[in-house]
Amino acid sequence: MKRFYALLGLVAVVAAVLIWKGSRPESAPLAATESPPVPVTAADSAFHGFTLGSDSAPVEVVEYADFQCPHCAEFAVVQFPTIRDQLINAGRVRWRFRDFPLGFAWSRLSALASQCAGEQGKFWEMSDALYQRQSDWGRNPKNPGGLFRDLARGVGVDVGKYDACMDAQRYAGRLEASHQEGVARGVNGTPTFFVNGRLRDFPRGATSDAFQALVDSILRTRS
Amino acid sequence: MRHRQAIALLALVGFCIALYLWMYKTGIIGRLQCGTGSCEYVQTSRYGTLFGVPVALYGMVGYAGIFAVALAGLQPAFADRRWPTTVIAALAAGGVLFTLYLTYIELFVLHAICRWCVGSAVVITVIAAVAIPAAVKRERGVGSGP
Repeated sequence: MKRFYALLGLVAVVAAVLIWKGSRPESAPLAATESPPVPVTAADSAFHGFTLGSDSAPVEVVEYADFQCPHCAEFAVVQFPTIRDQLINAGRVRWRFRDFPLGFAWSRLSALASQCAGEQGKFWEMSDALYQRQSDWGRNPKNPGGLFRDLARGVGVDVGKYDACMDAQRYAGRLEASHQEGVARGVNGTPTFFVNGRLRDFPRGATSDAFQALVDSILRTRS
Repeated sequence: MRHRQAIALLALVGFCIALYLWMYKTGIIGRLQCGTGSCEYVQTSRYGTLFGVPVALYGMVGYAGIFAVALAGLQPAFADRRWPTTVIAALAAGGVLFTLYLTYIELFVLHAICRWCVGSAVVITVIAAVAIPAAVKRERGVGSGP
């Protein structure tokens, strides 16, 4: 019996060591396009994401998302157009996008591409393009940099400036700042939504109907 | 006695796997060691949570329960009792059914496999394969005690 308990102890110790080693960031393999943590400047932290909708909208939704996350794409392609039509364009909601790259192979590259398009005022167009074409690049081990460049050109971005931005990884600090902000707010998956500053779970799915109902209830309690 | 020892060991291994996945899901660990698998893809999907609770937490609770009952069943006071094996068999059967559901989601909904989930599936299947025949045998009167 003593041998059995010694074996149990051994299993527990080995597991603890393996988990501890696995949790150390330096032992984690970097994904294909990821670079070591980048310094975050004050300007990076001061950027609070691209927004869509009226500044005076009574409800603000902050979405933490990853362009390579399949559920983010599903939400963006299936639900978001209705939300944009019925809530954002109607002046009831302001939507704020925050990057939360999860560590897929192309999470950071796609986020950088959207930021570089955003520099030229084409963030939302690029975001739509990345999500709509996610099935072409999301599960593909081939570097999608060329495809992203084509998408950027397609949405009207000046490709010369885009290339310079991508080569310099100009907004890597922004991504890092956004990710750190998400972690500090308790984000651990994507898409995650905060509505008027409060984390919201959508157990039955983050559908346009669910957002409509939530916004209605917020506005009702205000009036 | 031997089968309860084996089950306790396996439950401890299963618990550690579930703990690792739960630590990732709650942000304690930033990245999963997954080789060529799709662990993060699976874990960050909406199926990584059930009723607002990380699926890994259900695994932790289940394995902790099996581990506790197996250890209790090894104590002299309960060594000849039938109920520890019966309880373990029932928990393991539930665990296998839950694992079948999760594996279905991986294969046919997400089209991705998480290696750690496969590891847990193997562990719970082996526990069930050990516990259920032992429970059936004891039900037939081979074992003694209530």
